[in-house]
Amino acid sequence: MAGPSVQSLKLPLTGNDAAAYAMKQVNPDVVAAYPITPQTELMQTFAEYVHDGEVDTELITAESEHSAMSACVGAAAAGARTMTATSANGFALMWEVLYIAASLRLPITMTVVNRALSGPINIHCDHSDSMGARDAGWIQLYAENPQEAYDLLLVALKAAENHDVLLPAMVMYDGFIISHTMEVVETLPDEAVREFVGPYKPAYAMLLDKKPFTVGPLDFHDYYFEHKRQEIEGMLHAPAALAASAAEFEGLTGRSYGPLETYRADDAEVIMVALGSTAGTARYAVDALREQGHAVGLMKLRTFRPFPAAEIAAALGGAKCVVVCDRVVSFGAFGSPTFAEVRSALYEVPERPLVINYIYGLGGRDTGPDLLEQAFEEGLRVASTGEIKEHVGYLGVR
Amino acid sequence: MEKKKGWKEIPLGGLITEAGNAEEYDTGSWRTFKPVLDAEACNNCLLCWIFCPDTSVLVENEEVKGFDYKHCKGCGICAAECPKNAIEMVLDEEE
Repeated sequence: MAGPSVQSLKLPLTGNDAAAYAMKQVNPDVVAAYPITPQTELMQTFAEYVHDGEVDTELITAESEHSAMSACVGAAAAGARTMTATSANGFALMWEVLYIAASLRLPITMTVVNRALSGPINIHCDHSDSMGARDAGWIQLYAENPQEAYDLLLVALKAAENHDVLLPAMVMYDGFIISHTMEVVETLPDEAVREFVGPYKPAYAMLLDKKPFTVGPLDFHDYYFEHKRQEIEGMLHAPAALAASAAEFEGLTGRSYGPLETYRADDAEVIMVALGSTAGTARYAVDALREQGHAVGLMKLRTFRPFPAAEIAAALGGAKCVVVCDRVVSFGAFGSPTFAEVRSALYEVPERPLVINYIYGLGGRDTGPDLLEQAFEEGLRVASTGEIKEHVGYLGVR
Repeated sequence: MEKKKGWKEIPLGGLITEAGNAEEYDTGSWRTFKPVLDAEACNNCLLCWIFCPDTSVLVENEEVKGFDYKHCKGCGICAAECPKNAIEMVLDEEE
């Protein structure tokens, strides 16, 4: 790959700063939001951009997240490029409207700063908020760090607005761990972002189209299924749209964003799967174990929806054991969401690996390299004995 | 029976792209009782026309001419409001 075609500006930004900065550069027509920890700083920073006249955005400070997402739906149906952000319980309050945004085919782009859902009430990171909405019809990308929080928001927006897709997109990053941690972020010039996202071309626009039409009417047994089939088709086009958007972005920045990323996995007997900031910790653990002569590697899953099953099978198919770490519990399920889907993706691999699952980090429980090394060690034991003791374990719980 | 369209043939996201086409939706089939007008008793006060929630009272030259049975759901408000008892609700035994 050739180097970046655009000179970047390095800025010290937290995850929240980075997402707000990306939103500023997109200059969306409408943002409707409600503050919630740990997303609050993001919207506060964006509100300052609005106040200072740095964007033309109509900022709607709604009275709840249900109203915020409803206002986003109205704005997007009117023909506006629309963005928002939330976390945890606020995200849960949007729930009903998340499905409506997707089914109306409105490419709203949202940052979700991952935080544990109540109860007990907690403000720290896990993925119980966004994981619960995995069936809502939204594209879902998990960012590892502030750089990805910035980059993926732009990549996701362009893919969501692709007329073969027309589905909303959410970009996640870990509450506090990433949202409040400052790193050097390479940012594009404003003009490069404006050119990358281009002028907004809505598929329909109630305020702009000359011919009147109805949005959101009753849809019974005779056509509801057909409209869901259309929505499925949009999601089926999402991988290609994400790839095209990411390729163009890579041309600008030199940074490459596929649905997943592997680290020292080619000859690995044990591969860990992780999402978000834990991927960084896992790389450290991989290096430490490689140092001791263990053939271990990492697969970081970036795109959860659409789920890249074929790519996962290709990336993990050569391993003896796969250790899926998930920062969420799915009560009563056979393992966590990522475990269930990764394991399913491996079903037709000729010599399929054994797969074990670790739930970790709930409610922000710190998960350092020592805990991940424990998980790797169990993976190495499974790989050498061919025997799984427990499919689902819990890292770092007393 | 009209063949229903497949997912590739219908507007995106459940949009209704024609204005006012609710008129084509035959809601009269929901009815159990239908209003029948006694034109002799009617004094054309038009209270039925005012109260009808479905604009199903047919009026020409300020005279009640009958009911739009394609859209009347048989709620009976017209008969209840009629000061002359000129509207009777009868069991609608047609299909």
